[in-house]
Amino acid sequence: MLVKFNLNGLDVEFNVKPGEYLLDTLRANGVKSVKKGCDGSSCGACIVVVDDKPVLSCSVLTAQVEGHRVMTVESIQEEAAEISEYYSRHGADQCGYCNAAAALMIHALKKENPNPTDEEIADYMVGNLCRCTGYHGQQLAIKEYLGGKK
Amino acid sequence: MKKNFKVVNNLTPSVDGKGLMQGRSAYTDDIAPANALIVKLLRSPHAFAKVKNIDISEALKLPGVECILTKDNVPHVPFTRAGQGYPEPSPHDKYIFDDYVRYVGDEVAAVAAVSEEIALEAMKLIKVDYEVLEPILDFEKAADNKTTIIHPEDGIHEMFPIGFEPKRNLAAAYEMEVGNVEEELKKSDVIVEDTFYSQAQAHAMLEPHTCHAHLDEHNRLVLYSTTQTPFHVRRIISKTLGIPVEKLRVVKPRVGGGFGGKQAFHGEMFVSLVTLRTKKPAKCVFTREEVFGSTYTRHPMRIHLRVGATKDGMINAIDCRTLSDTGAYGEHALTVFMIVGSKVLPLYNKVKAVKFGGQVVYTNHVSAGAYRGYGAIQGNYAVESIIDELAEKLGMDPIKLREMNSMKEKETSPIFEIMGEGTEGTAMIMESCKLPYCIKRGRELMEWDKKYPVKKVGDHKVRSVGCAIAMQGSGIPFLDMGSCTIKLNDGGSYMVTVGATDIGQGSDTVISQIVAEELGTTMDKVIIYSSDTDLTPYDCGAYASSTTYISGNAAYNAACKMRERLIKEAAAELQVKPQDVEFDGKTFVSGEKSVTLDDLSVGRLYNNDTHQIAVTESYHGQVSPPPFMAAFGEFEFDTETYEYKMIKYVTVTDCGTTINPALAKGQVEGGIVQGYGMASSEAVIYNSKGKLLSNTFDTYHIPTCKEVGELVSEFADSYEPSGPFGAKSVGEIGIDTPPAVLCNAVYNAFGVRVHSLPITPEKIFEAMKAKK
Repeated sequence: MLVKFNLNGLDVEFNVKPGEYLLDTLRANGVKSVKKGCDGSSCGACIVVVDDKPVLSCSVLTAQVEGHRVMTVESIQEEAAEISEYYSRHGADQCGYCNAAAALMIHALKKENPNPTDEEIADYMVGNLCRCTGYHGQQLAIKEYLGGKK
Repeated sequence: MKKNFKVVNNLTPSVDGKGLMQGRSAYTDDIAPANALIVKLLRSPHAFAKVKNIDISEALKLPGVECILTKDNVPHVPFTRAGQGYPEPSPHDKYIFDDYVRYVGDEVAAVAAVSEEIALEAMKLIKVDYEVLEPILDFEKAADNKTTIIHPEDGIHEMFPIGFEPKRNLAAAYEMEVGNVEEELKKSDVIVEDTFYSQAQAHAMLEPHTCHAHLDEHNRLVLYSTTQTPFHVRRIISKTLGIPVEKLRVVKPRVGGGFGGKQAFHGEMFVSLVTLRTKKPAKCVFTREEVFGSTYTRHPMRIHLRVGATKDGMINAIDCRTLSDTGAYGEHALTVFMIVGSKVLPLYNKVKAVKFGGQVVYTNHVSAGAYRGYGAIQGNYAVESIIDELAEKLGMDPIKLREMNSMKEKETSPIFEIMGEGTEGTAMIMESCKLPYCIKRGRELMEWDKKYPVKKVGDHKVRSVGCAIAMQGSGIPFLDMGSCTIKLNDGGSYMVTVGATDIGQGSDTVISQIVAEELGTTMDKVIIYSSDTDLTPYDCGAYASSTTYISGNAAYNAACKMRERLIKEAAAELQVKPQDVEFDGKTFVSGEKSVTLDDLSVGRLYNNDTHQIAVTESYHGQVSPPPFMAAFGEFEFDTETYEYKMIKYVTVTDCGTTINPALAKGQVEGGIVQGYGMASSEAVIYNSKGKLLSNTFDTYHIPTCKEVGELVSEFADSYEPSGPFGAKSVGEIGIDTPPAVLCNAVYNAFGVRVHSLPITPEKIFEAMKAKK
């Protein structure tokens, strides 16, 4: 089936199987920044932003985004690079597998709640599993990044 | 020894941090050929069974199925998937496919098809005739089991004596003793004795195990893999499949976390065989269930300790009896087991006698293998818990007891000489050991004296603290080797190629820093490429906390050689003696004469006396200087439900010079939280038939950011003379302390000790009930 949506500002049209998930469609079409970390909607590595809301692309049928705006880290390149500087200062960039999704989450958090408390940051990021950093450096980096933007 | 570093020990961003956050295609699956055949593995539903017959005829008829591999059509050569150097200390007890399946999830067949759907459909059409056998699911009943021998097959063998006795279900066994433990225990005023159990923790790295293969234009097999050990993978495939090494190329792209779980073999053998048979690219990506249930776990253990001390608190003797469960296959069986002793017991080096030994048994569980900490976390949980028990019995402060008995600088332990990597070890003096400072500073940072042992903070809330100390190693002496090639580019930048394997820990960055520091240049002038058996020199791989120390020393040696070489080149250019040339990283000066690196580098490629300037150097460890750590945790407990949370975790680490302070902190904190997962929430659950039930992120709970308290991570001012710019390792040590720290804090809160991991509220409740 043919599905049309807006991907990072461009109107795209993909031929997908019924029942195909957005994660698989994106990766099959060269958007490799979206990662697969589990098969159970539980790791957060596949997050994309649909109409300003972060969603797990492994749990959204491609057909569901017909006519919607889908954003991946490709559309926030400069912001991702800037966030990375904060990450690196706190030892929070390690394997990087979850980082593109984290950048999208931080981007969405900034829009939704530009002055979050520590607890609000943790509540927002709780679905982004990371096995490398121990999270503390990430939390400090996010806090500093958002603080610097005020 | 110390100098004012410009790049090393400075805040330096990771070389790849930005690109990865920006989402570049870098990981193994990102760069797989789009037309790769998809390889899926048919796995055993039984914990133990004989495979009597496999009928693939119907599956082969399915359009799109290109190749099916079974025991009937693959080489039958015993090997070990452990991913270690040669000869391996692990038994060669695995065939690509065998007549037996030994755990739920063991491989029975590999199906390659043009799509995943077809591969999955074909798997349903394969008919396997099993003779179901009685499994062993309790590791305490495995040795000399009367009904079941898990490895009855012929041909399997050890590479050198490791105590391998498969007919007794023993993968390995080991015994050592220094002095006479029984006599020293008899002489002791106080003896404590206890037993601790630890579980089969999962690595749970975010990137699943992935590999793909294709034939290049020379018809060589090119294998991309999420491996920690590309050179070992090349060697093991070559030997097992009978392909000459020169026909193989193994490339490690960017890896999304390893923690030991990617040291071993996973899909590599299968995609290689499929590509060799079909001549087509082939790819295998493990599902998350496969990552949990069909790769490797930490070795579950039972550790029984007896410790004797004088009444004034000097520890006389330690007896450590250990039983380890290696699961279906013996990967890392002996070496993980030995680390329980060799990377824990030397902490208490004042003892008059120490004994360590026991068995590593086969069971019908998921195979155990390498995992960050590598036995040290299991040993640390037991030893650092019983040290608190001893302190209580002596009526002493647990920190003081540790200070009195633990390792100091310039001291040694006889254990270093006795216990090595499955063989004898290497004697060494602690040239750098700031453990006393780490303990003192951590105590201050935690405000231990205000908080110990417990404080009431609400109607039914208390906060308590616990502590532990730890050590690890820095590579395996006389075994591990790393090497580094540096090539000068026109314009004065350096191309650095290393076999060292960056699996997310940041070794590409650390090695670049070492090269930049020695050559007096900046990070932007250093380009690094790592882990490709065709293009980079050899390295043993990322394991045993070896990369910064072993590969870092190789990079340091290469950079020194390059500096020397450049000065010679400049001297020739300036027609002066090399000893008269000064080089600041940019310009060579001799009196009035000078030439810039930029001009020299361009000249050597395009103008006079043209040739490529390149050097290669290696490093082979002679010692394995341990990093040390003191850790202090504060937890808040609900006195009604026994639920708890981490408030604060303080560590002070001596890892020598931190080459990259931010990455070193990341290693420590990442280790702590992984260790805290093992201590608190990562329960491993099998059903009665031996199927792993905790095999998703929903059923196996790794810490989220909500479970982590404040982490305070400091480093001691320390310099290891044998390390690159004074560095030791920092990759593993962080994981070691949380089980004992939490266990001790639970005791300090409630007066009960939990003897198995994870320490759940239910177990505290049960212990409280038993106490009453």
